[in-house]
Amino acid sequence: MPRSLWPWAAVLVVLAVMAAVPSLFTGIDPDAADLDAPLRPPSAEHWLGTDQNGRDLYARIVYGARPSLLIGTGAVLLALAAGIVIGVAAAQLGRVADQVLSRSLDVVLSVPGLLLVFLTVAVLGPGSGTAAVGLAVVSMPGFARVVRSEVIRLRSAQYVEAAHGFGWSRAQVVARHVLPNAAGPVLALATVSLGAMIVASSSLSFVGLGPRPPTAEWGAMLSDSREFLALAWWPAVFPGVAITVAVLAVTFVGQHLNRRVEGRLS
Amino acid sequence: MTPAAGPLVAVRDLTVRFPTRHEVVEAVRGVSFAIDRGQVVAIVGESGSGKSVTARSLVGLAGDGARVGAAELTFDGVDLREVRGRAWRALRGRRVGFVLQDALGSLDPLRRVGAEVAEPLRAHRVVPGRQVDAEVVRLLGEAGIPAPESRARQYPHQFSGGLRQRALIASALAARPDLLIADEPTTALDATVQRQVLALLRERVIDGTAVLLISHDLGVVAEIADHVYVMKDGRFVEDGPAAAVLESPSHPYTKTLVGAVAGHARRARPASPAEPGGTGTTREVLRAEGLVKRYTLPGRGEFTAVEDVSVTVGAGETLGVVGESGSGKTTLGRLLMGLLRPDAGRVLLDGRPWDGLRGTERRAARRRVQMIYQHPLSSFDPRYTARQILEEPLRADRTPREERDRRVALLLEHVGLAPDVLDRRARELSGGQRQRLAIARALAPGPQVIVCDEPVSALDASIQAQVLDVLTDVQERLGVAYVFISHDLGVIRRLSHRVVVMKDGRVVESGDMEKVFDHPEHPYTKTLIDAVPRFSSRSGGVPRGADVTSA
Repeated sequence: MPRSLWPWAAVLVVLAVMAAVPSLFTGIDPDAADLDAPLRPPSAEHWLGTDQNGRDLYARIVYGARPSLLIGTGAVLLALAAGIVIGVAAAQLGRVADQVLSRSLDVVLSVPGLLLVFLTVAVLGPGSGTAAVGLAVVSMPGFARVVRSEVIRLRSAQYVEAAHGFGWSRAQVVARHVLPNAAGPVLALATVSLGAMIVASSSLSFVGLGPRPPTAEWGAMLSDSREFLALAWWPAVFPGVAITVAVLAVTFVGQHLNRRVEGRLS
Repeated sequence: MTPAAGPLVAVRDLTVRFPTRHEVVEAVRGVSFAIDRGQVVAIVGESGSGKSVTARSLVGLAGDGARVGAAELTFDGVDLREVRGRAWRALRGRRVGFVLQDALGSLDPLRRVGAEVAEPLRAHRVVPGRQVDAEVVRLLGEAGIPAPESRARQYPHQFSGGLRQRALIASALAARPDLLIADEPTTALDATVQRQVLALLRERVIDGTAVLLISHDLGVVAEIADHVYVMKDGRFVEDGPAAAVLESPSHPYTKTLVGAVAGHARRARPASPAEPGGTGTTREVLRAEGLVKRYTLPGRGEFTAVEDVSVTVGAGETLGVVGESGSGKTTLGRLLMGLLRPDAGRVLLDGRPWDGLRGTERRAARRRVQMIYQHPLSSFDPRYTARQILEEPLRADRTPREERDRRVALLLEHVGLAPDVLDRRARELSGGQRQRLAIARALAPGPQVIVCDEPVSALDASIQAQVLDVLTDVQERLGVAYVFISHDLGVIRRLSHRVVVMKDGRVVESGDMEKVFDHPEHPYTKTLIDAVPRFSSRSGGVPRGADVTSA
């Protein structure tokens, strides 16, 4: 890894630890309101200031890492799993299955993404889990398409043909040769999507479709800050910085990993 | 042409270095040569010897990060060491034409062939704009492309390999350059097309164009070159008039190169598995009856790839399948493997038709027919090391671990590979090692028949000879039968017991190898045999195949 990426890799590690064990970073209760100290600017006592309810913003950002990052990550993993299953099925189960599955994906893609997420959350009820499912539904067709085209491309590769010649079954050939070699482009899409999904999950929380209050979540914190923007800049800026830094770190490190994978295969 | 003193190209002490992070790769280590107008100069050598880089440095295209140095590097009096940017572009295409080996890769797939040929004409304003179209048609016609008016409106994928190469030559010659650099111009082509392309080059030479020919094919070089430089590891080891160098080579390396080609003829093919000269006396392992395979074309109509083909392969014998590209050889191979389903006819493996086999039985039968491909690298999973590649067919039938190790060692021994290749990936191996690995893998499931689809046509001559030796040894030791598909008659002749000649999807002639080669009956077979370039065509020197039957 080039030296210039080390800070970003360090950010990822810090964020991961923050999401796993937030109490390592602060002893302050993120939900403890101090109504006597609303909208206090950054100080020695409150490093990043307080919000309108007098809650410590630093503690809320630390505790907000888990829901903020988990929804996006979960959405990508769900979409990846469903995309692989559907993509392989479309490529391998014959023409009729391919037509049915591919056209269904087209239908999902033709509905505006935001509408689809709202619909899913409206049906399942708001919350972290449903937000992740909603985002996964929207991004799954992309994964399924890439997987399908990779499987079709690799199906006619000579080494896949040769593997059939050794007497493997079709499922064995797919598991041994097709999927591992399709991993490159699929993982590239996954890392790109991860950044986008983190932003999208913040947006959902922003409009109130994420985890229920008072759970600290960066998007929800941004939303709360709007009313007081004229009085205090810190409740808006610090969650925004957190989102930006997290997405940049995921993107930069992800791009580097993709290049590594490509270099190994070509 | 331009009257100027001295040679057209003069190169003295040319070096090309590629600095990498860890070391400096010296591709060219001080070579000197000259090319006169109307002269054909050839640089021969195996891949990696530096011959392409030498040619490319004449047009400033030696490659990214290349450091080119020379005591003298002139083209028609211009010092190429001083040339930069715009001046290069005035030279390239206008004064120096460039023809590359890979004609498909060099033509833009989204542009009509006519537009490609017109490009140098427009870029250098060779003829007035209104006359460009007429000039393109004239050039294509001159390059031997039939119906040039309609062909100019087609796309590269509608051209056969030979036509593409001719279109590329037409494009390189469009601006009437003084020097044509041809880098392996005929390597990918069949013998008859090769001959046409060489004739086209020769015509240009008579008109005064100088040609720098880069090739590893000594037959081609012997056919048209005046002066030959033999290159090895970035240096010229020998040079002189073509006839002298190729007939009485003095450097040991040149002797190896020449010997490797002549070796096609000299080394005897394996003894016939049955009585000498007898056929059909060995047990039959693979039989095809009246095979037909058609493809529907995207527009309308059908393309018949294989039409009523019947062949048999006996245990331990080699059936050579000869024909040009597009003659249906590869489709026949895939039908025999059971990878394609014939539209009519059937393939019997050990007396049982592929069609009658389902599921587990079919998968077990697959192991008895293996394949060796032209490009072994693409037939290996890119993630695998050589060990994993060899173990895979053994894992597929659940060979226990200790047994696998033993079998892998044995396979390596059969193909003459050292055990230290096992931990390397295929792309870290040389071309010859890769093909040996492919042979070893094909042997792993214990097949009765191996279909070899152009297994040596991507290899240099001396490596070809080694790989063919491996195939011969393996056959003698293990008694495996080969279906050997190739457009190279020298190779076919060396290995086959029996031969079928294919043209346009049909078998036009078949029989014992000696009979077909020495007394060809079908006119097409005669054309094929006559089209092979050989040293003797110029000088009456070493014949490539004249005395093979006595061996």
